[in-house]
Amino acid sequence: MSGQTPVSGGEGLERVSDPNPVMEVRTGMWGGASGSSDTSGYNGLIRTVEMPGDSSRPYGGWFDAVADRMAELVPGFSAGLTLVHRGEITFFVRPEKLLELVAVLRDDEQLRFECCAALTCVHYPQMTGQEMHVVYNLLSYTHNRRIRLEVALADPQDHHPHLPSVVTVYPHADYQEREAWDMFGVIFDGHPALTRILMPDDWVGHPQRKDYPLGGIPVEYKGHVTPPPDERRSYNS
Amino acid sequence: MSEQSTRDEYLAQGGDWSEIVSESAERGDETVVVNFGPSHPSTHGVMRLIMELDGETITSIRPGIGFLHTGIEKNMEYRTWTQGVAFMTRCNYVANFFNEAVYCLAVEKLLGITDDIPERAQILRVMIMEINRISNHFTGVGAGALELNATSVQEVCLREREICLEFNQAVTGLRMNNAWIRPGGTATDLPEDGLDRLRDLIRRMEDNIPEIDQFFTANPIFKSRTQGAGYMDLAGCMAMGCTGPVLRSTGLPWDLRKKQPYSGYQDYDFEVCTADSCDAYGRYLVRLHEMFESIKILKQCHKRLTETQGQPHMVADKRIAWPAELSIGPDGQGNSNEHIKHIMGESMEALIHHFKIVTEGFAVPAGQVYQAVEAGAGELGCHLVSDGGTRPYRSHLRDPGFIHVQSIPAMCEGALLPDVVATLASLDPVMGGVDR
Repeated sequence: MSGQTPVSGGEGLERVSDPNPVMEVRTGMWGGASGSSDTSGYNGLIRTVEMPGDSSRPYGGWFDAVADRMAELVPGFSAGLTLVHRGEITFFVRPEKLLELVAVLRDDEQLRFECCAALTCVHYPQMTGQEMHVVYNLLSYTHNRRIRLEVALADPQDHHPHLPSVVTVYPHADYQEREAWDMFGVIFDGHPALTRILMPDDWVGHPQRKDYPLGGIPVEYKGHVTPPPDERRSYNS
Repeated sequence: MSEQSTRDEYLAQGGDWSEIVSESAERGDETVVVNFGPSHPSTHGVMRLIMELDGETITSIRPGIGFLHTGIEKNMEYRTWTQGVAFMTRCNYVANFFNEAVYCLAVEKLLGITDDIPERAQILRVMIMEINRISNHFTGVGAGALELNATSVQEVCLREREICLEFNQAVTGLRMNNAWIRPGGTATDLPEDGLDRLRDLIRRMEDNIPEIDQFFTANPIFKSRTQGAGYMDLAGCMAMGCTGPVLRSTGLPWDLRKKQPYSGYQDYDFEVCTADSCDAYGRYLVRLHEMFESIKILKQCHKRLTETQGQPHMVADKRIAWPAELSIGPDGQGNSNEHIKHIMGESMEALIHHFKIVTEGFAVPAGQVYQAVEAGAGELGCHLVSDGGTRPYRSHLRDPGFIHVQSIPAMCEGALLPDVVATLASLDPVMGGVDR
């Protein structure tokens, strides 16, 4: 549980003034997949990609009631950022508060998020100090609502960030956490049997990390050779 | 585990079962570990079940999956948003239109064009999804029947599913793996005889789905095999994340088409089917009744498609819409001759536009969304992340089968070996979707 940095800002800071976290800074527009260089050598185009969303109050609809209730029951759960985008709300959560928070989210009468509908990871190698995001899409049958929790973890030297397992609260997170371990290398502490689930047991590496190559071989057809998809010339946009 | 390692191991290959049984009887060793699958006709696909049996009672069962993992989610990160559909449709190949729909709805949500999708495209999507629901339930009930040795029911289901697939072929050009629903709408409109074909399909289904009902619903063998098998009540479903027919067999009328409507489902008149037995038999009844409800929706689709003839089936925004009108020629699917004439002979700009959209694709603003639809087996979700580029940054499919497979131990431990087959069939996991 070391090296985790809260996303953008911290406790006590005004949310409104915080810029949204930057996902990526891209240069160039057209070139080979091997580098970010333009074929022309210009390389003058620089774009900053921010995580979109409005983080100012009021969030709208029932979002505020849920956010208030969460803050009331688990003070300080927030990692300093809440994004509302495309009608969905994402709470960035401090990893040490995660387990306490999901237990409350499931059990509290005003929250009642009974189901962890989809647990998955997103790897942002360019977000230094918060490369691995574990995402929980929660569903409430009682209130017919959905929210999303996101925990940003630093990618340590051994590429195995740690996070408490939520299996004790959501038993159906079992396979989903195993898949997240298998594909991204996140270690869920407290999981009853964190083993590979889709890849063979003796597989080396975690395939859906961005630093893991796609693989593939060149294919020849009628004399023309098509390189594998990650080695083809492509747009960088 | 140390206790297990001191046990005798029997390796069964081919026909030496009698030796093993006699050897086991001699030693008085009551517990047998059986490896069921992955290539077994009753595991509903390439799934492996590791069972510990005390006589015929299951004391422990562990599913092993991943045999059909093809890295679809990773592959999609290297293709355009439109090409993503061709990958999505190959996940759960039995319920492929749901995969296409959930992905396209998620892309449209990211683009912020959900409200711009033309009415006819939405009706076409509902039509093809409901036909897919029927054919998906044919596979679920039919394969389940075959696994319980009821071959006639499987024959009926395959025969009728064939009619659904022929309709798919007439409309989309392909029987399976269609990639017909696209971000922004659908790839093609109905063919000229589409409405007649739809009418014939509705009639045929109305006549023939009751045949399954007659074969099965009151059949004493089927009832004794499935009633009480795979019991999972509402509390169990909540804990194990079960959705779809499994959840509805506990009596909870949870259907995303009603609860969180998409593609205009709120405008259709249909019932949510439930049962109250919490078992494999109840799930069969839910599936059977859902097929009749799907016919009801298809009739409403037919009426609306008649009314909206000639209206667009793709979003008006030319920066997103597929530039070519696809047409179905004698050799399958391709660009319409009119379009080829236009870009090759009439307009340089149209050619450039076509080239840019087809090779580079359209950019999707940065962000992440989660979209869910009610697939045949339950909640099918898609978590999409865009970094503002022309390819998905991350695409995750929440397949109901994947979630359901982990509830097999809770449903089967303590039950008898034959119950496993009935339970598995009642979950209807399709391994292409489970493993992705």
